[in-house]
Amino acid sequence: MRGFSWFNVTSLTLGFAFLYLPMILLVFYSFNESRLVTVWAGFSTKWYGELLRDAEFLDAAWVTLKVAVLSSTIATVLGTMAAHVLIRAGRFPGRTLFSGMIYAPLVMPEVITGLSLLLLFIGLNIDRGVFTVVLAHTTFSMCYVSVVVSSRLATFDRALEEAALDLGASPFQAFRLVTLPIIAPAVISGWLLAFTLSLDDLVIASFTTGPGATTLPIKIFSAVRLGVSPQINALSTLMIAIVAVGVITASLISKRGAIRQAREEQAGLRATG
Amino acid sequence: MSGDGLDTRHRGEALRKAVLIAVPYLWLVALFLVPFFIVLKISLSDIALARPPYMPQLDLSAGLAGLRDFFAGLDFENFVFLTEDSLYWKAYLSSLQIAAVSTIITLLVGYPIAYGMARAAPEWRPTLLMLVILPFWTSFLIRVYSWMGILSNEGTLNSVLLWLGVIDVPLQIMNTNIAVYIGVVYTYLPFMILPIYATLDKMDSSLLEAAEDLGCSRTEAFWLVTLPLSKGGIIAGCFLVFIPTIGEFVIPTLLGGSDTLMIGKVLWEEFFSNRDWPVASAVAVVLLMILIIPIVLFQRNEQKQREAEG
Repeated sequence: MRGFSWFNVTSLTLGFAFLYLPMILLVFYSFNESRLVTVWAGFSTKWYGELLRDAEFLDAAWVTLKVAVLSSTIATVLGTMAAHVLIRAGRFPGRTLFSGMIYAPLVMPEVITGLSLLLLFIGLNIDRGVFTVVLAHTTFSMCYVSVVVSSRLATFDRALEEAALDLGASPFQAFRLVTLPIIAPAVISGWLLAFTLSLDDLVIASFTTGPGATTLPIKIFSAVRLGVSPQINALSTLMIAIVAVGVITASLISKRGAIRQAREEQAGLRATG
Repeated sequence: MSGDGLDTRHRGEALRKAVLIAVPYLWLVALFLVPFFIVLKISLSDIALARPPYMPQLDLSAGLAGLRDFFAGLDFENFVFLTEDSLYWKAYLSSLQIAAVSTIITLLVGYPIAYGMARAAPEWRPTLLMLVILPFWTSFLIRVYSWMGILSNEGTLNSVLLWLGVIDVPLQIMNTNIAVYIGVVYTYLPFMILPIYATLDKMDSSLLEAAEDLGCSRTEAFWLVTLPLSKGGIIAGCFLVFIPTIGEFVIPTLLGGSDTLMIGKVLWEEFFSNRDWPVASAVAVVLLMILIIPIVLFQRNEQKQREAEG
């Protein structure tokens, strides 16, 4: 492909500059000495120090992490079960409703999900806190997990499972020893997706949380509503760094896994052919 | 194996299947379906001193008469209220308009990027793809926030433009709808790029060669072959931006001004500031009814895509 290439290079350069420049600026100004975020007054890491001494931020970070680990783990179990049901269970009464309930939360505006869950918790007289946020996050992220896992299950060769069952494995053993190792990458990416969705969520957490369970996004939101703050820049930089390291590591691992799998498949082909 | 053993095994399997279905099913009924009906019910209720319980209450012990009283007590008062106060329908219209405009801008920005990626050397494509996905993993809130420092009156953009001498007074972009458009385009761009890239990547390049052999110029070939073939990706990308933007709350609140009307923001304020739960619920119900149309169209497009792929 020639000809258009100048156009392509320009659009890619401008496009990626647009995607990354705002975040680069955020990182840059987090090392700014001045409180006025846009006036450069020399290099300093003092905002990081202030951030790490701020007990409220540390508390919020701890709450957020707790909620994210709990909700993404429960969501992964429930989402994998739901995916299994969607792909394997065949017909059963209420199947249409079930798949509707899996897909609807994906397009539901967060304000509505949050409002409806809050009204439920109030109706049942449940004290709001970490527990209710975990319930709320689990509910919407299990749907994302089940979409990710079911797309992997749909391409999965069922004969392998049947072979295990014929050889005397119990259904649970067949799932644990045959199915799970094969769908594991999808389950892991489902968990990661649920984890980041939970870390990121402001709206649903704001509705369903209670006193003593302020999450980091809620804290950030109330801080930046009034304007730019260097402490939030420092916090954002830390979060961007963690995500970048995580995503790059995950993609390297999955790349290595894919290469190994391709090699094994080739070896298998050669052995059978 | 004896017949009895087989029977137990079948029964065990049926039980296992029932449990496997029941657990996620009941979870979703309890935490998705029931809450939704609560919203529907409260939207039809009267506000009773701004505190629950809302009238009417369902009294199951009264039997059929209780049920009849319950339904007789429901009314569409809150929905009538929504049509009477111009704030609400203006907010719905302005949400639709902001979502439509930003979807078009996102398409215009995203298409050339997706095109460039699909035409890049194959060994570059995985890296480019990862660079598009990476922002998606970083906090949405932080990505919106990053524009506050750029667009404000003393922000980076105005400083650069003043320094270059392009402008004499800072541009007022922050707290306007323009800032909202920028925020939406920025945060939803990956959702536009990815489906378009997917269709362009799958496209058979021999079709383009054929078009050129038959006398099309490169530009003509783009308009006559590439663009129509990427239609599925364009439609999918547009819906993926349009649908969530309508109910958006964070972007209009942080980047928009006091005159930026969006329904997600109105619902939030109705609930948290005015504490008017029945009206907030009615706002939510109407928002859902508006969203059903684009969601159904989107589903149809997805189905068509899948069928086309076989």
